[in-house]
Amino acid sequence: MDPVAFKFLGAGLACIGMGLAAMGVGNIFGNFLSGALRNPSASDSQFARAFIGAALAEGLGIFCLVVALVLLFT
Amino acid sequence: MASPIEQFQIKPIIPVINFTNSSLFMVGAVAVIVGGLLLATRKRAVVPGRAQSVAEVLHDFVAGTLRDAAGEEGMKFFPFVFSLFMVVFTANMLGMIPGFFTVTSHVIVTFSLALLVMGTVVIYGFMRHGTHFLGLFVPSGVPAWLLPFIVVIELISFLSRPISLSLRLFANMLAGHIALKVFAGFVVALLGAGGALAILSPLPLLMAVALMALEFLVAALQAYVFTVLTCIYLNDALHPGH
Repeated sequence: MDPVAFKFLGAGLACIGMGLAAMGVGNIFGNFLSGALRNPSASDSQFARAFIGAALAEGLGIFCLVVALVLLFT
Repeated sequence: MASPIEQFQIKPIIPVINFTNSSLFMVGAVAVIVGGLLLATRKRAVVPGRAQSVAEVLHDFVAGTLRDAAGEEGMKFFPFVFSLFMVVFTANMLGMIPGFFTVTSHVIVTFSLALLVMGTVVIYGFMRHGTHFLGLFVPSGVPAWLLPFIVVIELISFLSRPISLSLRLFANMLAGHIALKVFAGFVVALLGAGGALAILSPLPLLMAVALMALEFLVAALQAYVFTVLTCIYLNDALHPGH
């Protein structure tokens, strides 16, 4: 097989990690929402924390995107 | 047809002093911020008008974020955090205007901002606490045999902060703008194919409009996330003990 093809395969495989990060972000907001529905008065104060968690989870998925971009464009 | 990543190309405008389109939009963002805030707060009315309300809401929003994360002591960093938020926010929003250049879609720009934040944290932490700042890497209440591993892990997590802080902003802006351009490209390609395929061309256009709305959300959200994480890191410099 053409060695260049493996680069594209690798980029595609790296994108799986982004799907896993999506699961993480969904998990955070899903749990935040279910907690907020049980105790709506506490939800406002925890809103920023939910976003921090989502940002951290998302950041790890972004590393996968960077790996994919590096494989594609270098 | 233009490639979706052609929009990130840096073109020199005044080659003699290396003034590029990226520099132009950085200057533009600063001009929008300074001009807008000066204009909004010109009257300094007790009962704010419409423009002054916007300026006050922005101020209170960032001040509240900083106070929540770093306490009253952290308010000495307010000018820094507010400038950071406004620059990232305005650069993101200017980039959303079609045809405009997105400053924050280049990793070197966001990495410089992240290094500025981490540099402030490290220098201020050592100035304020001396060697006690290193207590940041030694959580209290950890068994002695576990300590070497924890310190290494904490050190790695601290050193990866500027990377994750910059890559998050950069990759979000980059990926969003590429997705927009890819869907815009579908419209052109379908129209070019002609016949029955041309009838389908409004579908990717609708998708591009929906993505545009999502991108506005992401642009504001990433500016906010950058600010919140900056506040949390500054809090480490102020209170390094765990």
